[in-house]
Amino acid sequence: MNINLTLIGQTLTFFVFIWFCMKFVWPALISIMEEREKKIADGLEAADRADKDLELAQKKATEKLHAAKQEAAAIIEQANKRASQIVEEAKGQAVAEGNRLKAAAEAQIEQEVNRAKEELRGKVAALALAGAEKVLGANIDANANSELVNQLAAEL
Amino acid sequence: MASEGQTSTQYIQHHLQNLTYGKLPAGYVRTDAEGHEHVLEQATWTMAHTSQEAKDMGFMAIHLDTMGWSIGLGLLFSFLFFRAAKKATVGVPKGFQSGVELIVDFVNNTVSDIFHHKNRLIAPMGLTIFCWVFLMNLMDLIPVDWLPSAAMAVTGDPHFFFKVVPTTDPNATLGMAVAVFLLMIFFSVKEKGVLGFIKELTCHPFFAPKKFWYFNIVLIPINTILETVALIAKPISLGLRLFGNMYAGEMIFILIALLFSVNMLLGVVGGVLQWGWAVFHILVISLQAFIFMVLTTVYMAMAHDNHDEQH
Repeated sequence: MNINLTLIGQTLTFFVFIWFCMKFVWPALISIMEEREKKIADGLEAADRADKDLELAQKKATEKLHAAKQEAAAIIEQANKRASQIVEEAKGQAVAEGNRLKAAAEAQIEQEVNRAKEELRGKVAALALAGAEKVLGANIDANANSELVNQLAAEL
Repeated sequence: MASEGQTSTQYIQHHLQNLTYGKLPAGYVRTDAEGHEHVLEQATWTMAHTSQEAKDMGFMAIHLDTMGWSIGLGLLFSFLFFRAAKKATVGVPKGFQSGVELIVDFVNNTVSDIFHHKNRLIAPMGLTIFCWVFLMNLMDLIPVDWLPSAAMAVTGDPHFFFKVVPTTDPNATLGMAVAVFLLMIFFSVKEKGVLGFIKELTCHPFFAPKKFWYFNIVLIPINTILETVALIAKPISLGLRLFGNMYAGEMIFILIALLFSVNMLLGVVGGVLQWGWAVFHILVISLQAFIFMVLTTVYMAMAHDNHDEQH
C-alpha cells in the first residue's frame, strides 16, 4: 500500500485511454446513434404524413365518387329526356309520313278516277255517236259533228 | 490458502502486497531465500521479494500487477468499444452493438444531465471511467486465490506477489483522481483565466462590499484556506472512496477464503458466504464505477461554472 510511481503511471494511462475513447470510440458511436434517432424520427413523421395523406385521399375519393354519381344521374336523366324526345319526334314523323302517303294515295286514286271518267266519257261519246248513226241511218260526219259529240261527252 | 506453511496473518499480508519493481538504495541489506544477508553495493532496480523491501523502495517503485491489469483491462475496453464503433450500423442494432449503445446512451444521458457546458471531452471521459473502473472492480469477483495461484504456478515462486484488482491499490484510484484533479484545474483556468481561478479561491465564499474593503484583509486568508481544502478534498475523497470500498470488499473475500483451509464444514460455509458476498459485491462494483463517473462529471461542471456570472 505504498504510494509510488504507479500513481503517475496510472494518471498517464488514464489520459491515454480517455484520449483514445474521445478520438476513436465516442464520436463514431454517438454519430451513428444520432443518425439512427433522426432516421426513426423521420420515419415516424413520414408515417404521420402518410396517414394524413391517406385520409385526404379517402376524402377526395368519396367526393369524386359522389360527383360521379351525380353526373351519372344527370346523364341518365338527359338520356331519358332525349329518348322520349326522339320517340316523340319519330311519332310525329311517322304521322306526317302516313299523312303524306295517304294524301299521295288519295291523289292517285283521284287521278285514276279522273282517267277512268275520261275514258268512260270517250267511250260513251263513241257509243252515243254509234247509236245516233244507227238511229239516223246515215253516216254522220264525225268531223262535222265532233264538236257536238264532244260537247255531249263532256256533259256526261 | 496458498501454501500450507503460512499463518493466517501471512496469508492476508501476502494477498495485500503488490508485485513491486523498484529501486533499492545503496547499502541496503537484503535477505535471500536461504537466509543469507548481502549488502547492495549500489542502488539497484529490482523486484521486491518481501513487503519490507517494497516499502523501503519508497516512491521509486512501480506496481507491475496494478499497471498490468489496469492497462490490460483498459485495452480490453478500448478494443471492444472500438470494434463496436467500427462495426456499428445505422440499422437495427444487434447483439454486442446494442449493449455498447445502451452503455453509451446511459453515460451520455447521465453526463448531459449534470454537465451543461460545451466540452467534447467530458462524455467520453465518463464512458471511459465507467467502463474501465467497472472492469477493474470486476476483477474482485474472481475468487481471490485463482489468479495469484496461477501466477505462482507459472513463475514457480511460492512467494510471488500478485494483486489482481487494480482498484484495491490506492495508487490506481488516486492516480485517476489526480488526473481528474489536473483536468479540473486545467478547465478552471481555461474557462476563467488564471486570475479568475485565483479569485475563486480567495474571494469566495466570503467577500465584503467595497465600502468595507478592509474586512477583506481578514476574509481573503480564510477564503483561501477553506477553498483550498475544498479543492484538495475533491480528488482525495474521489480516489479514497473507490479504494476504500474495493479494499474492504477484497478484504472480506480474503477473510472468507481463510475459512476454506479450516475444515470441510467451514469450507462449505465459506463457499456460501463467498457467493453471497459476491452477489452483493456486484452492486458495489457497479455503484462505485458509476459514482466515480458522476463525481468526475460534477467536478468538471464545477470547474466550468463561473461564479462571477451568477452574481
